[in-house]
Amino acid sequence: MNVQLEQKIAFSILFLCTLLVVVPVLIILVIIFVKGASALSLNFLFEMPTSGMTAGGIFPAILGTLYLVLGAILFAVPLGVLSAIYLVEYSRDNALSRIVKLAIVNLAGVPSVVYGLFGLGIFVLFLGFGASILSGSLTLGIMILPVIITSSREALESVPQSFRIVSLSLGASKWQTIRHSVLPHALPGILTGTILGLGRAAGETAPILFTVAAFYLPKLPQSVFDQTMALPYHLYVISTQVPGIPENVRYGTALVLLMLVLILNLAAIILRYQFRKRKKW
Amino acid sequence: MNTFVIETKHLDLFYDSFQALTDINLNIEEKKITALIGPSGCGKSTLLRVFNRMNDLIDGVRITGDVNVLGDNIFTPETDLIALRQKIGMVFQRPNPFPLSVYENIAFGLKIHRNQSKKEFTDIVKESLKSVILWDDLKDRLDNSALKLSLEQQQRLCIARVLTMKPQIILMDEPCSALDPIATLRIEELMQELKKNYTIVIVTHNMQQAARASDNTAFLYLGELVEYGETKHIYSSPKEKRTEDYLTGRFG
Ligand SMILES: Nc1ncnc2c1ncn2[C@@H]1O[C@H](COP(=O)(O)OP(=O)(O)OP(=O)(O)O)[C@@H](O)[C@H]1O
Ligand SMILES: [Mg+2]
Repeated sequence: MNVQLEQKIAFSILFLCTLLVVVPVLIILVIIFVKGASALSLNFLFEMPTSGMTAGGIFPAILGTLYLVLGAILFAVPLGVLSAIYLVEYSRDNALSRIVKLAIVNLAGVPSVVYGLFGLGIFVLFLGFGASILSGSLTLGIMILPVIITSSREALESVPQSFRIVSLSLGASKWQTIRHSVLPHALPGILTGTILGLGRAAGETAPILFTVAAFYLPKLPQSVFDQTMALPYHLYVISTQVPGIPENVRYGTALVLLMLVLILNLAAIILRYQFRKRKKW
Repeated sequence: MNTFVIETKHLDLFYDSFQALTDINLNIEEKKITALIGPSGCGKSTLLRVFNRMNDLIDGVRITGDVNVLGDNIFTPETDLIALRQKIGMVFQRPNPFPLSVYENIAFGLKIHRNQSKKEFTDIVKESLKSVILWDDLKDRLDNSALKLSLEQQQRLCIARVLTMKPQIILMDEPCSALDPIATLRIEELMQELKKNYTIVIVTHNMQQAARASDNTAFLYLGELVEYGETKHIYSSPKEKRTEDYLTGRFG
């Protein structure tokens, strides 16, 4: 066959595949936007729901999701980064450490509902935190730990060995070396993992279903031991459990969830960009 | 009477079961430049890494014999590695500045050891850059990335980074092998300048470089110290047949 023709066919197929992936996503985004935009207003964002959730705002769900994501990140990032540091910098390369690493990678693939049940068993019942922001945050945190550990490990491993050697040869201790000449260069990669985890934590319904999410609460949570409403669960509730919710409220809620994740990601991306800029590759 | 800053006695080094150094007895003179020469794989870098114990980072290394640095045995349980490595700086084969600014690179060691005031900090940075003859070139570009410098400037910067520690000994492992001939000569000039205040041990593959730049030369072959003495004697009248063969390029 003619090389030129082959070239053209290959290009078309690849292009079509890309299109096939991108177009549905775009369509979903457009539909959500078109159907939901009319619901958006300051009241919708900052008011309590009224008349059996058919009117008013979704403020408690937005706030609840923010709390949960923040809690999950506060718990999972320090723990994840520290264990990644241990695995990369301190543990020896033996059968045990390889099994641990493999296990962590595989944990990322465990379905989120399993994490939900785990959280119910451990945090809600065994530790007696009840259905609460604390239980929900910890469950979400455990769910995103594997992602954070794995990407932190990759970030640490990609820091050139020579940085460590130079630092040690200048009389730095092992910890100083990690602190001053490894971690700063791994931060952008660590942030990438955090961004991925963040999006997942904000969007998942199953892990919060048993551990924190409330159908409807007349007031905002007062402490970490309170239940809270949350966007993904609220979306599920108003779409399937409560009849007579106007369509634009449902799509508006989905739109808010999407935008929230986008804004959180954007913040992390800007942060990462700032770190990259300081680094003078 | 010469004083020796590094003395090794019956030094053997094994990588697992492979013996890389055999019975090395070597005394390095203060404020002289000592060159370690020999064919590839003979153990030059290994020997150099013994002096600041960088071999500790390699799994399976075993060392027997005595090594004294500045009068202290460095293989005792009490040996303070941090203090040792401050006294002995190391310059590597490839210039390896951190991906940071010129200033941050030089200040790296100071930041870690943190025993100076801010004012002294900038003074030491300036002084170190002056000693490697970079100050005039870089004084307006301290904020620029060190990776944008020429390789020669990068290598000078790495030397300056070592100087901030106020070491007494500087180890250099083929410091010019990434540089062009002109840059190489200029680094050699710098070494002559540094010799006034520091003891330098340099590994080199370049026999002209050893001849030009060093006071003493040690010839290593298959992990043994074959011959050691004043460079001019070694080059004009080597005592050992193997040294002569190597210097005349009959093997290498
Ligand atoms: N980490 C290591 N593990 C095992 N063997 C090693 C290790 N490093 C070096 N060796 C071996 O020890 C011997 C000496 O190596 P070394 O790097 O000291 O030689 P060199 O004289 O510096 O060589 P070159 O001129 O190529 O740099 C070589 O045979 C090498 O294969
Ligand atoms: Mg070498």
